[in-house]
Amino acid sequence: MKIVVCIKQVPDTKGGVKFKPDGTLDRAAMLTIMNPDDKAGLEAALRLKDQYGAEVTVITMGLPKAEDVLREAMAMGADKAILVTDRVLGGADTWATSQTLAGAIRNLDYDLIITGRQAIDGDTAQVGPQISEHLNIPVISYAQNIKIDGDSVIVERQYDDRYHVLKAKMPCLITALAELNEPRYMTPGGIFDACKAEVTVWGRANLVDVEDSNLGLKGSPTQIAKASDKVRKGAGEKVTLDPAESVTYIVGKLKEKHVI
Amino acid sequence: MDFTLSKEHEMARALFKEFAEKEVKPLAKEVDETEEFPRATVEKMAKYGFLGIPVPKEYGGQGCDPLTYVMCVEELSKVCGTTGVIVSAHTSLCCDPIMTFGTEEQKQKYLVPLAKGEKLGAFGLTEPGAGTDAQGQQTKAVLDGDEYVLNGSKIFITNGKEADVYVIFAVTGMIEKRGKMMKEITAFIVEKGTPGFTFGTKEKKMGIRGSSTYELIFTDCRVPAANMLGKPGQGFKIAMHTLDGGRIGIASQALGLAEGALESTIAYVKERKQFGRSISQFQNTQFQLADMATKVEAAKLLVYKAAMAKATKAEYGFEAAQAKLCAAEVAMEITTKAVQLHGGYGYTREYEVERMMRDAKITEIYEGTSEVQRMVISAALLK
Repeated sequence: MKIVVCIKQVPDTKGGVKFKPDGTLDRAAMLTIMNPDDKAGLEAALRLKDQYGAEVTVITMGLPKAEDVLREAMAMGADKAILVTDRVLGGADTWATSQTLAGAIRNLDYDLIITGRQAIDGDTAQVGPQISEHLNIPVISYAQNIKIDGDSVIVERQYDDRYHVLKAKMPCLITALAELNEPRYMTPGGIFDACKAEVTVWGRANLVDVEDSNLGLKGSPTQIAKASDKVRKGAGEKVTLDPAESVTYIVGKLKEKHVI
Repeated sequence: MDFTLSKEHEMARALFKEFAEKEVKPLAKEVDETEEFPRATVEKMAKYGFLGIPVPKEYGGQGCDPLTYVMCVEELSKVCGTTGVIVSAHTSLCCDPIMTFGTEEQKQKYLVPLAKGEKLGAFGLTEPGAGTDAQGQQTKAVLDGDEYVLNGSKIFITNGKEADVYVIFAVTGMIEKRGKMMKEITAFIVEKGTPGFTFGTKEKKMGIRGSSTYELIFTDCRVPAANMLGKPGQGFKIAMHTLDGGRIGIASQALGLAEGALESTIAYVKERKQFGRSISQFQNTQFQLADMATKVEAAKLLVYKAAMAKATKAEYGFEAAQAKLCAAEVAMEITTKAVQLHGGYGYTREYEVERMMRDAKITEIYEGTSEVQRMVISAALLK
C-alpha cells in the first residue's frame, strides 16, 4: 500500500504571530510546528504501515524551511519526503494550495491520501476535500478511526453528537482529526537518518495538469482585506457588591446586552 | 570554532525536551515523594530508543553520538534528576563497557536487549570498604570448572533491584606490580535471577529518591566463565574507562539540574512581588541570575566538550573529570541559589527547586567525588 500524507508547517501559536505588509503571514519570521491535525494524519498512516505494511510519502508546499517539518515526519517513520517550493506558489489560498498539491500528487502512485482536517493558521478545512475533487477520488473527512478492508477503507467520521461509519474504495482521501490518535515521538536514530535522507524538491515545472492561473497569490480567489494579531481584552469593569446585589447587577447587564 | 548545534542535535534536543516536559515532568514530584522507580517512564523511553542512544544500530541502538546522549540526560534531568540517572547508569555504566570490552557473543546476548531497552543495566564496583579506593575490593571470584564463584557484596548500586544485567567487579587473585602485590580485579556480566545473587537493603536517600539504590549480595553465585568481561585482571582498566564515560553522563545530569533550577527561578522571580514590584526588578536578583546563567553556560561548554572528546579521542578522562567537577559544583551552587531566590517557598516541597537542590548534591559524590576529579585533573597536569 502506498500512502501520501499532506503536512503543513504552521506557526507555533506559543511564539507570536507576524504579518507581512500585504496582510499575509510572515512565515519566515515565526517559530513553526507540524500542524496538529496533519501530525495525527501522519500517525494514522504510520500505524497503517505498522499494521499492514505501507510506504508513507509526506508532501508539503511551503518555503524552503518547510523541509524541517518533512525531516521531522521522516524521523517519526515516513519513508519519503517531497517539498513543493517555488516563488510563483507564494501567497496561495486554499484553492491554489489544493491545485498545487494535486498537481504534485499526480506524479505519484497512491492508494490513500491523508490530510489533516484543517491547519491551525487558516482553519478552513478546505484543502483536503479540494485535493480529492481535483484528483477525482472520494473523500471522507473528519476521520476519528481508520481501518483497511481489502481494497477499501472503513472510516468513522466524527460529528458533534455521533459518528458515521463510511466505506470507500481506494484510492481515496481522508482528512484526519487531531483527536484521531496520540502521535508518536521521533526517535534519536530516526532523526540522524532523516537528516541524512534526501528530500525531493519540486517546483512549478513538476506540477502536472495545473494552469498558471490557479497558482500562487494571483491564482487565489481569496483576498485578505485586513489581518491583525489577537486584540487583547481590557481588564473589564470591577464592582464590589454583596451576593444578592451581584445577581441583580449581572442579570441587568445581560438584559442590557440582549443576552437574555 | 563554531558552537552552533547541527540540525540533528537541534532536532534531538527538541525531542528530548518535549518528551521530558510531557512524560517526565508531571511525575517528578510524585517519584520523589513516593521513592517509586518510574517503571512506566522507563518503558516509554525504551520504546523511543532513549536507552541505546550511543550504541551502534547493529547492536540494537540508535547509532547516535555521545553529544546526543548527553543532551538526553541533560533534558531529562532538567525536570527529574531520578530519570536522568536511570538513563546515565544504564547507558554509560552497563551498555558502554559491554560495547567496548565485550565479545561478539556477549554483545549479541546482552548489549542488544539493553540497547533496545528490553533490559535495564547496572554497574557494581563500590563496596563498603572500596569506594574511591578500588583496591579495597573484597568481593571474590574463584574459578571452578567453567564457572566463577562470586562471594561478597556491592553497595549504592543505581538501578539496583530494577536492572536485569549487571557489570560486576571482583578480585580473582593477586599479582605483582612494580614490586608490590596488588589485587587482580576482573569484570563479569551477571544476570538477575542467577542463584546466589540477592538484594540487600534499599538506601533511603536525600535526593534522586526514585532511583533504585540497593546493596547487591553474592553468596556462592556461579557465573559462567564466558561472562567474564575482558580478560582476567583487566577489571581495573575497564572500571576506570567506564567511569570516564559515566562521569560525562553524571556531568550531563548535573548540568540539567542546574538549568532546570535556573529556568524555574527566572519564572518565579518575574511573578513574586515584594515591596510592590516583582523581585526580578531588584538588582540583587538580576546580578544573581546573570552569574548563575554564566556559570551554567560554562559548565555546558565543558560537558559538551567532553562528549565531543569521547566521540573523537581514545582517552577522554581529563575532559570528563573537568566536565563532572565543574557541572556538579555548578549544579550545587545554582540549585542552592535558586532555593535562596525562592525564599521560604523554595524550602518547601511545593517548589521543584527544593528537590533539585537535594538531587544536585549526589552529583558531587557519585562516580568519583569532586575530590577524585581534582586528583585526576591534577595528575594529568603534573605528570
